Amino acid sequence: MENRIEKRIELKAPISRVWRALTDYREFGEWFLVKLEGPFVPGQVTRGHITYPGYEHLKWEAVVQKMEPERLFSFTWHPYSVDPKNDYSKETPTLVEFRLEETPGGTLLVLTESGFDKIPSQRRDEAYRMNEGGWSEQMKNIERYVTPKR
Amino acid sequence: MSHRSDSRRGLGPRAPAHVFAALGDETRLLLVRKLCGGKPRSISQLTAGSRLTRQAITKHLRVLESARIVRCVRAGRESLFQFNPQPMEELKDYLDFVSEQWDRTLARLKSFVEI
Repeated sequence: MENRIEKRIELKAPISRVWRALTDYREFGEWFLVKLEGPFVPGQVTRGHITYPGYEHLKWEAVVQKMEPERLFSFTWHPYSVDPKNDYSKETPTLVEFRLEETPGGTLLVLTESGFDKIPSQRRDEAYRMNEGGWSEQMKNIERYVTPKR
Repeated sequence: MSHRSDSRRGLGPRAPAHVFAALGDETRLLLVRKLCGGKPRSISQLTAGSRLTRQAITKHLRVLESARIVRCVRAGRESLFQFNPQPMEELKDYLDFVSEQWDRTLARLKSFVEI
């Protein structure tokens, strides 16, 4: 059990092509299935709505963090905020990073989403004050202890 | 996650965050380790062998209880604490769900750029 997600995928396309698919808001929308209102700009919010069948009523919103050409594209968002009645804006967002590396066959894309352990501000109770980092190791520990006994 | 659709927290990150936070402490991990075998234990049993006071252990148990990782059961005049695997399973379900969504999204990216 980890508090972050990492995906590695080999794409048979040049790094420049992948970069464009990631950072051109129209191209991004094509495969991410979202219709965005405007381009990605670091430090700014990008809004749109989901075009995935059945989820068209949902808004999409992310704050662009970094755009280092053909290397790193990152944004923060509220993952899978699928309940329109819930106000997710007060919750700590997760960080999504797309890292690119050139390979002989094309491009290696490493996606990470991290911060699932972050503390929503409305829940600053004892549990959170007592929390003192060291996450990944602890999650590995807990998995070791708990999983085999299920 | 449809089998968890009764959860009032839905798929928001709030519930996992609470569980993650409750587990983010060495003492509480140790308590979980002692309890995850399934046998309920008393505060005295859980304090034995620890350098912490009964009060400190109780405080940690309450944090775990608030995240539903343990529950308090009464046995006569004694309070026993019992491990509840559900929140951690939910946490795993949540990450599996997010992970699966990314698999689909990246597969679409792949077919989009590999023309």
